[in-house]
Amino acid sequence: MLSLIAKRLAFAIPSLIGVVIVTFLLTRALPGDPAAYFAGPAATKEAVEQIRKKLGFDKPLVEQFFRYTVDLAHGDLGSSLTTGQPVATEIRNRLPASAELTLLGLLVSVAIALPLGVLAATRPGSWIDHTCRVVTTAGVSLPVFFTGLVLVYVFYFRLGWSPAPLGRLDVFYSAPNNVTGFYLIDTLIARDGEAFRSALSQLILPAATLAIFSLAPIARMTRASMLAVLSSEFVRTARASGLSPSTVTVTYAFRNAMLPVITTLSMVFSFLLGANVLVEKVFAWPGIGSYAVEALIASDFAPVQGFVLTMAVMYVILNLVIDILYGVIDPRVRLEG
Amino acid sequence: MKRRDFLKSVSGLAAGAALPMAPAVMSSAKADARSETLLIVSEGGPNNLDIHGIGTNVPGYEVSWNCYDRLISHEMKSGPGGVPYYDRDKFKPELAEDMTIGDMSATFKLRKNAKFHDGTPVTAKDVKWSLDRAVSVGGFPTFQMSAGSLTKTEQFVIVDDHTVRVDFLKKDRLTIPDLAVIVPCVVNSELVKKNATEKDPWGLEYTKQQTAGSGAYKVTKWTAGTEVIMERNDDWVCGPLPKIKRVIWRMVPQAGNRRALLERGDADISYELPNKDFQEMKSNGKHTVISLPISNGIQYIGMNVTKPPFDNPKVRQALAYAMPYQKIIDAVMFGLANPMFGAPADKATEVAWPQPTKYATDMEKAKALLAEAGYAQGFETTISFDLNFAQVNEPLCVLVQESLAQLGIKTTINKVPGANWRTELNKKEMPLFTNIFSGWLDYPEYFFYWCYHGNNSVFNTMSYKSPEMDKLINGARDAAATGDKATYDADVKGFVDLAFAEVPRIPLYQPFVNVAMQKNISGYQYWFHRRLDYRALVKG
Repeated sequence: MLSLIAKRLAFAIPSLIGVVIVTFLLTRALPGDPAAYFAGPAATKEAVEQIRKKLGFDKPLVEQFFRYTVDLAHGDLGSSLTTGQPVATEIRNRLPASAELTLLGLLVSVAIALPLGVLAATRPGSWIDHTCRVVTTAGVSLPVFFTGLVLVYVFYFRLGWSPAPLGRLDVFYSAPNNVTGFYLIDTLIARDGEAFRSALSQLILPAATLAIFSLAPIARMTRASMLAVLSSEFVRTARASGLSPSTVTVTYAFRNAMLPVITTLSMVFSFLLGANVLVEKVFAWPGIGSYAVEALIASDFAPVQGFVLTMAVMYVILNLVIDILYGVIDPRVRLEG
Repeated sequence: MKRRDFLKSVSGLAAGAALPMAPAVMSSAKADARSETLLIVSEGGPNNLDIHGIGTNVPGYEVSWNCYDRLISHEMKSGPGGVPYYDRDKFKPELAEDMTIGDMSATFKLRKNAKFHDGTPVTAKDVKWSLDRAVSVGGFPTFQMSAGSLTKTEQFVIVDDHTVRVDFLKKDRLTIPDLAVIVPCVVNSELVKKNATEKDPWGLEYTKQQTAGSGAYKVTKWTAGTEVIMERNDDWVCGPLPKIKRVIWRMVPQAGNRRALLERGDADISYELPNKDFQEMKSNGKHTVISLPISNGIQYIGMNVTKPPFDNPKVRQALAYAMPYQKIIDAVMFGLANPMFGAPADKATEVAWPQPTKYATDMEKAKALLAEAGYAQGFETTISFDLNFAQVNEPLCVLVQESLAQLGIKTTINKVPGANWRTELNKKEMPLFTNIFSGWLDYPEYFFYWCYHGNNSVFNTMSYKSPEMDKLINGARDAAATGDKATYDADVKGFVDLAFAEVPRIPLYQPFVNVAMQKNISGYQYWFHRRLDYRALVKG
């Protein structure tokens, strides 16, 4: 197993190097001049040049790249010009915010989508199948920012049930000591019940927004793969042998239907993590997506490179985890070590 | 687990997650904290807590203004609608308790009891070091200092521990006002020097992350892009102790949510809402909405005068007659702007800036002028705007495009990303564009020096050069320095008339700065920098 993991990680190195080179070149190819941007509205040409020099953008590309990789090797991702902070620290602070939100959203989504998909597959054509179809179509066709704004409007503005969409905690609570970066866990470690409630209530609406959006692919995939498995011969054999319908569906069919669902899950997760910018914007969530987009708008190279690199690393790890999970679920696909 | 059990537990979980939380019950200590705390929401936050830093953005100025003191500041007067408005011509002492202006220097006596946040007394060497820093670090702060002829460290002299003299390089009316802007703030020199490095002798890296001043507030927590928390400095001596104990400033990117937060009473103050929202909130009367004209801000249509067809003044005048002025004010600004057009034909030019032009929408006149210039059939051109301000710029450009089409002028709209806008402006190649300029120092000759003078600064976006204009601007500057009022008045009138006759840029309107706040917030003051002064605000 360990050698398998080591081998997989070794395979990832060339793609990471590729990512480093491509993001470096892409950010340089972006229109916009960070020196002019950060020199401010009142800058003269000389002032712009001064700043360009300070930022090191006057050097040839090769030299800039060389410096960048040397810094990278020391774990230094550079500094963001828009927020003024080192990129590595920012990503470390912001990634848990995004991850907590995405994981919770995904959890809610899975909790609804899996049973919905299974039920729809076992009773094709029934009302539950139609419900599944309607829910998934609606979920995927409503843009996330729209769902988010509607939820804020109804639950915060109209009904007042939800707290103000002001990020991860109510303004009058201070953040718990940073242990995991997940406020739900950190507040529990700090035994701060009030802060836990605040963090949870802040999470509900954005997580629901993400859940509604990610419901569709998971439910559809569960339904399709369950349908395929349920019509296969081993299920017929199981039924013929007189096993109870629940044993047949859960133990035999569901387990076999899991593989494509897991694949979809991993894709949905990584997609959500990077693409929930809009949710982050709507809920003032200090996540990694909005950070990257703001940096992109300002032609701020370092955070964009740092973001892409982090995402690439996450993809590699995620893929590895999924592959290992495959093996756990279905011994037939165990990878050669 | 049986499937049924599994499903039960799953649906139970789902229902639990979907249930809305009951409103959080506040403990009484938290409620007290709320009444002494000001919650401000805005789109963007600071990227640097020190205005001397590289590329400090506008929200960063607000931090500097409230956390640092300057030698002098402005008095307040009653502005439009009775709102306190800074008085351009009256100064009051801040860190200095006394100011004596001589012929070629000004002497400041410092308050003896003023202390920095860490308790060390503010002395003359801190003042000198800070002013030296402002003229030496380069970039915006140095540029701003030079606007008041403050460029050399030799100009700042320590007389004794509590006395500083600022020597004038030349007579310049803007020197004293320039000492009251945000840039010449006084920094705790010992503290910053301790944290400076060889590569960073002015300690910019240190002050970027924390405030090292003597001001009424100090930053206690700053999470870039998320929030800034400021606490009152109870030992502040440069004015009456502010009423607000704590300021929490949160970044809320979504404008709709900022409005919702205000409407629900959760946030106290918000700016940067769409004009439409401000107008609606104004008319429904549940909040205080303050709209004041930006002291010398003008949104304009600029034309590159170095290239045809805009090198021809007739074409420029034709365009000035073809602008859909009123439509822009109504549909883009929702009335939150002062018109800069349509002055009566017999109105005499004033010694003031800004003032409206005599142009008004008149398509017949525009057509005639265009025909005279030899473009009866029209031409093709591109109109560019900065996407960062797309909310105003985009509908504005569409209206202009529509209007110009009636003259046979085909315009393509070119949206320039914010990061690229300044580069494009600097290149001075865009034929037609819309932009806004406003300076801190509200003097006609200052505005014209940057926007119309032949030295072709960044703000002379039209590349307009005219020896006659330069003569008038220089004349007004010299006259202001020596106090020659007659020449000054004549020259100001002269350059305003010339700018309107040759119209290298067409003024459209003077926008308003809008701030919406809860009814229980009072004490808002308008400052030249257009940011909030927490020191005067009162809640409850």
